[in-house]
Amino acid sequence: MIYFILIAVLFVLIIAAAVYAVRQKDLLYATIATGIISLILSILFFLLQAPDVALTEAAIGVALTTIIFVITVRNTVRMEEEGQSKEKFKSAVK
Amino acid sequence: MKKFVVILLLAVVGYYTADTFFGIGFGSPHFVDGVKAVKDVYITQTVQSLKVSNAVTSIVVNFRGFDTLGEVTVLFLAVTVLGSILYKKRHRVGDRSVLFSASSVVTAGSKLLFPAILLLGAYVFIHGHLSPGGGFQGGVIIATGFLLMLLAYENFSVGHSVLSVVESLAGITFAGVGLLGFMNGGTFLQNFLPTGILNDLFSGGIIPIIYIAVGFKVAAELTGVIYTVLHEKG
Repeated sequence: MIYFILIAVLFVLIIAAAVYAVRQKDLLYATIATGIISLILSILFFLLQAPDVALTEAAIGVALTTIIFVITVRNTVRMEEEGQSKEKFKSAVK
Repeated sequence: MKKFVVILLLAVVGYYTADTFFGIGFGSPHFVDGVKAVKDVYITQTVQSLKVSNAVTSIVVNFRGFDTLGEVTVLFLAVTVLGSILYKKRHRVGDRSVLFSASSVVTAGSKLLFPAILLLGAYVFIHGHLSPGGGFQGGVIIATGFLLMLLAYENFSVGHSVLSVVESLAGITFAGVGLLGFMNGGTFLQNFLPTGILNDLFSGGIIPIIYIAVGFKVAAELTGVIYTVLHEKG
């Protein structure tokens, strides 16, 4: 019983983190929310008896992808703005 | 007109995708029996003839070893393309695009943690045939250790020539061990070493050798990715 409650709570948390990552205008916060999705997903994989996949997800999703996105946000633009983001991105890439 | 063509194309692709999936027949007795037979063969062969206790490893490296070689090749191509786009001729040491000046707590802590992370990564890929984990996971853990050092110390540097030598040697080891299977009268990636005792560190024939090679290769590639991205001047 407690197992199903834990899985249900994790499902609610993962959906909440995904919605937050899509709706957030600050891209750094959105990146951290993506990392939280990977963390919860690795716990879910572990509970569903797939420890190999859980290790992969924890190492790649939580650590590497998050860091590469953080570096990208740092090198381009941090806030997502409608209309101007394309020109700002172009000037940042140059 | 353009939209019409796009919709037509999507409809054709969608029809044939759906047709393929309905043709498989998930849940039909024929399908279930086939899956069960394959699963039973894999699990019994893993324990009895390969003497490997982690069934995932034996499937990834032995039964589906050619797929793993393809995966490693895809990763190698992705890293090569990223490097060819972002790599600048010479980086001065300390010349980074992201300058976090780390505090002394972070530098001292990462100096302590770095050997432990390397040891954990090596453990994960050396024991890939005994416990969960393997070459990919261990390699990524080692790469995160290098990431920690690169963020903590501004003048920490990894040599690109060393990385490419390690990567190439590991790739050659993987393909060479696979080709040695031919010379012993079998197929590509066939086991030719004694399999040993179940749950022993030196068991499973060529599986530990291949996983150690994959671990070195993934660690070198991802460290190169992090180094290139971190030093890319916008």
